[in-house]
Amino acid sequence: MTVDIDKTTGDTPPAGPEAIKAIPVRHYGRYISAVVAIALLVGVVYAFSQGKINWGAIPDYFFDDRILDGVGKTLLLTVLSMLIGIVGGVMLAVMRLSKNPVTSSIAWFYIWFFRGTPVLVQLIVWFNLGLVFEYINLGPFYKDEWSDFMTPFLTALLGLGLNEAAYMAEICRAGLLSVDEGQTEASHALGMSHAKTLRRIVIPQAMRVIVPPTGNEVINMLKTTSLVSVVQYPELLRAAQDIGQTSGAPAEMLFLAAAWYLLMTSIFSIGQYYLERYYARGSSHSLPATPLQKIKANVLSLSSRSKPTGGTA
Amino acid sequence: MTAMVKAEGVHKSFGPVEVLKGIDLEVKSGEVFCLIGPSGSGKSTFLRCINHLEKINAGRLYVDGELVGYRQKGDKLYELKDSEVAVKRRDIGMVFQRFNLFPHMTAVENVMEAPVQVKGVSRGQARQRALELLDRVGLADKAGSYPSQLSGGQQQRVAIARALAMDPKLMLFDEPTSALDPELVGDVLDVMRDLAESGMTMIVVTHEMGFAREVGDSLVFMDGGVVVESGHPREVLTNPQHERTKSFLSKVL
Repeated sequence: MTVDIDKTTGDTPPAGPEAIKAIPVRHYGRYISAVVAIALLVGVVYAFSQGKINWGAIPDYFFDDRILDGVGKTLLLTVLSMLIGIVGGVMLAVMRLSKNPVTSSIAWFYIWFFRGTPVLVQLIVWFNLGLVFEYINLGPFYKDEWSDFMTPFLTALLGLGLNEAAYMAEICRAGLLSVDEGQTEASHALGMSHAKTLRRIVIPQAMRVIVPPTGNEVINMLKTTSLVSVVQYPELLRAAQDIGQTSGAPAEMLFLAAAWYLLMTSIFSIGQYYLERYYARGSSHSLPATPLQKIKANVLSLSSRSKPTGGTA
Repeated sequence: MTAMVKAEGVHKSFGPVEVLKGIDLEVKSGEVFCLIGPSGSGKSTFLRCINHLEKINAGRLYVDGELVGYRQKGDKLYELKDSEVAVKRRDIGMVFQRFNLFPHMTAVENVMEAPVQVKGVSRGQARQRALELLDRVGLADKAGSYPSQLSGGQQQRVAIARALAMDPKLMLFDEPTSALDPELVGDVLDVMRDLAESGMTMIVVTHEMGFAREVGDSLVFMDGGVVVESGHPREVLTNPQHERTKSFLSKVL
């Protein structure tokens, strides 16, 4: 239970009504569940430390050139696929919302197909599309055999990017629909064109709804890139597996890859946080505290907790 | 005086529902024209037809002598392109019941937006003019505030300044005080009164009978999509001729 504490931080306690001093309710269930959880955790950690895993191999290979190269390729693939996904997604969302029944049906069909089939299957299909198209012929610009044109990198990029576009389309559509119609009307009433209204008024507001799930998509994409090891693209997982096979430490290399993925997703999460803060401007009276501000506030409140007054951080 | 807005047999339907059933009226240049009536009478819809936010189904609607939304060649009507409609809307300011300020921009950015984006005014000039307009509506000190940090009355006054920034020749007010706390209504009405005195042509859909009586030059009572009664506000409000007008006024006055 909480006791209402007078928030005026005066040196002398106000001569108001006497504050309630009660013995708080004891939550014995919480103590028990905490003990059980810690015990399980210790058990798991112990099991791993006793297992036949050569933990020393992980730091040995952590900054191995092949691993770093894999990390670079994973990041490149993530960024480029997301770029295709976002651009394609915005286009599909606008098509889906357009009054033209043909474009909106095409967008609907695209989303239906790419969301309805597993991305791993799509990747393999792209890789094997040489069965359908023997040659690629772009008139005078480019002509080649499909298998030469469709390198592992391009397969991975198209497979991930086009699949992502379908998901991004739904996210963007939800974002565009979330903006009040009055905003469009006000903008039109001022004489602004459709394009300007979309760019200056609707999209900036839609971003508040679009950014958080897009951040999730980026993190998902980073992890999904591990699937492209099946089309022979040497990204992080593939690099780790290759080292694992030659160095005789396959399991260790998987832990290494996991650590790298965790590190990268953590960094992306922080970036996402600040992006959300940027697009939240004007939406609430005060912005939420940044992690740094929170840490400061926590330190302050901890240091002042011993004092009877209780500082308001 | 010339007619700023002229309506001839204006009809508007939403699907099977006929909202406007033949509106004929004339708003003279420089006058304050009040539209009153019960909700659902079509007065807001008519207002929205004037700047082509709604398309009319029949009749003719002219603003400053030009057809709204169409071009007439011989006896054929051609629909205007979106860009042509947008050009015509520049001259017509509109103030909404729910303010519709852009929440991701500060007050001064809201006012600057259209001059910069539509008219191509430089940001510096637009800002200066925006600050003047905010001062005119009594909000010089709120220029850097976001709409969410302003009260309803302040938001509505920013919205008026935003509409004025385009130097319109006609201002449309769609129940500008209906969403406000009673104590904030006065500030907005003061700004509108000041605007009326400066000679602006204004069409005001309102439930503020006091404002209509004091500031209005003409008044129309609408009900069920038709004009029931019109005349000088003081006459209509104190001495209504129609039964329907009498019963409406007895409820709101």
